Amino acid sequence: MSTDLKTASAKPLEKVIEHIENRYIKNIKSFFEEVTLLTRLILRFFKTAVKPPFEFAELIKQAYLIGYKSFPLVAITGFIMGLVLTIQSRPTLADFGAESWLPAMVAVSIIREIGPVITALIFAGKVGSGIGAELASMKVTEQIDAMEVSGMNPFKYLVVTRIAAATFMLPILVIAADAISLYGAYIGVNLKGDVSFHLFFLQVFGKLTFSDVFPAFIKTIFFGFAVGSIGCYKGYNASKGTEGVGEAANAAVVFASLAVFVLDMIAVQLTSLFDS
Amino acid sequence: METTIVEIEHLNKSFGNNHVLRDINLKIEKGENLVVFGKSGSGKSVLIKCLVDLIEPDEGKVVLFGKTMSDLNDDELNALRKKVGFLFQSAALYDSMTVRENLEFPLRDLKTKAKEEIEALVFEVLKSVGLEDAIDKMPSELSGGMRKRVGLARTLILKPELILYDEPTTGLDPITSKEISKLILDVQSKYHTASIIITHDVECARITSNRMIIIKDGICYAEGTFKELSESKDEWVRSFFK
Ligand SMILES: Nc1ncnc2c1ncn2[C@@H]1O[C@H](COP(=O)(O)OP(=O)(O)OP(=O)(O)O)[C@@H](O)[C@H]1O
Ligand SMILES: [Mg+2]
Repeated sequence: MSTDLKTASAKPLEKVIEHIENRYIKNIKSFFEEVTLLTRLILRFFKTAVKPPFEFAELIKQAYLIGYKSFPLVAITGFIMGLVLTIQSRPTLADFGAESWLPAMVAVSIIREIGPVITALIFAGKVGSGIGAELASMKVTEQIDAMEVSGMNPFKYLVVTRIAAATFMLPILVIAADAISLYGAYIGVNLKGDVSFHLFFLQVFGKLTFSDVFPAFIKTIFFGFAVGSIGCYKGYNASKGTEGVGEAANAAVVFASLAVFVLDMIAVQLTSLFDS
Repeated sequence: METTIVEIEHLNKSFGNNHVLRDINLKIEKGENLVVFGKSGSGKSVLIKCLVDLIEPDEGKVVLFGKTMSDLNDDELNALRKKVGFLFQSAALYDSMTVRENLEFPLRDLKTKAKEEIEALVFEVLKSVGLEDAIDKMPSELSGGMRKRVGLARTLILKPELILYDEPTTGLDPITSKEISKLILDVQSKYHTASIIITHDVECARITSNRMIIIKDGICYAEGTFKELSESKDEWVRSFFK
């Protein structure tokens, strides 16, 4: 009788614990497992990357595919970004009678924050998913196995080159996007009002300082590295079957975008630490 | 002189509850063609993947060319793998490369070879599988049987000392199948390679085999020459040859 009571009261509690375990603990556990595996991939990247022979030809090819092919998309977004930001900021500044600050303010927001982050997010969407899907389909169709049995190092050939290419190319894309974005801003300023190209850039570069440009550049290197390594991680460790390919591509975008935000937050904290 | 190329002892492999290989013992001598029969899902592909360490065995010992696989470091393993050719059941051609690039890929480490030499080699193996015309095509433009043959050509290009064929004639018409079987035999006599040939094709087994095994329930259920097994007293064994 008494044992019956005990089990009866233990059951709901057990259920609750089980529920918590299934719902949260497992998620937390798998999250940390993923982070561990990703860290391992990154360590392996550094270990493999410094060991000759190097895959230069493949690196150049990937830089072309990853960087050059993303340029049109990045350029268009950059232009619209600059234009829209300018148009949207004008009324607020006008309220304060500070319209002449428009170029400088827009430039600072573009260079410090919007250029790097938006470009990195687009990069995550295009390149991260591309890498994830490509490597996953190679995994699923045994192409990676085939490289391995032919005595090649597929990690070096496929993963190292892609991560390196992403790390090199994103900063370059961001610089290009920033420039195009500033041009968009120039056009935005001139929609209402008349500022010469010369004056516009005088105002922009008069306001920009080293501490605006340099940290922004450094963080894009990390963004590129994050997108490349997460794409590779998701693709290289894809589960078998065709749905593994879609899953890898999808997860690569989600996690790479998240990583961009997290890294950006860290970067902002660090820069403000040095600024003050 | 060492003549045993492959030695497998008490090989064991399971995936979760699926105990695929229970206790496989096998020896292959230089220049020998071993044909492996077995029902679909009996673990034939898993067996040859264990052999080159694509799948890590749970238990047991695999010795290739006198070296125990589990003792090797990465560089030694890669060096050893260069001596082994592996034809995947799915052909596993590199999608993003043309047929020519697919064939050149295994050679890219050999910087000693001149460009013309590689070119000639590519032509030679493509000719042996009858696909010279497809050299600049992408894998997606090839039929299933053509992919298989390109896969075979890629396997042969390194002139490996041990070749593992996973269903070399599946998906091919009888005439091409026969040609491929003869090609396997040619390669064997020309380069004195040892091979494991997984197949369901009785004709291919008859042409190529020196010895055969049949896998059932994760062990070598029967072993013998083609003639011995096809005339076996065991009804189940004989049923493979119908
Ligand atoms: N990577 C893997 N993960 C989990 N299970 C696997 C894996 N590879 C193979 N298996 C399982 O091992 C068993 C044997 O598979 P295998 O591919 O060796 O069969 P097979 O004899 O080659 O069959 P077929 O003639 O159809 O090619 C199957 O039950 C399969 O589900
Ligand atoms: Mg198989």
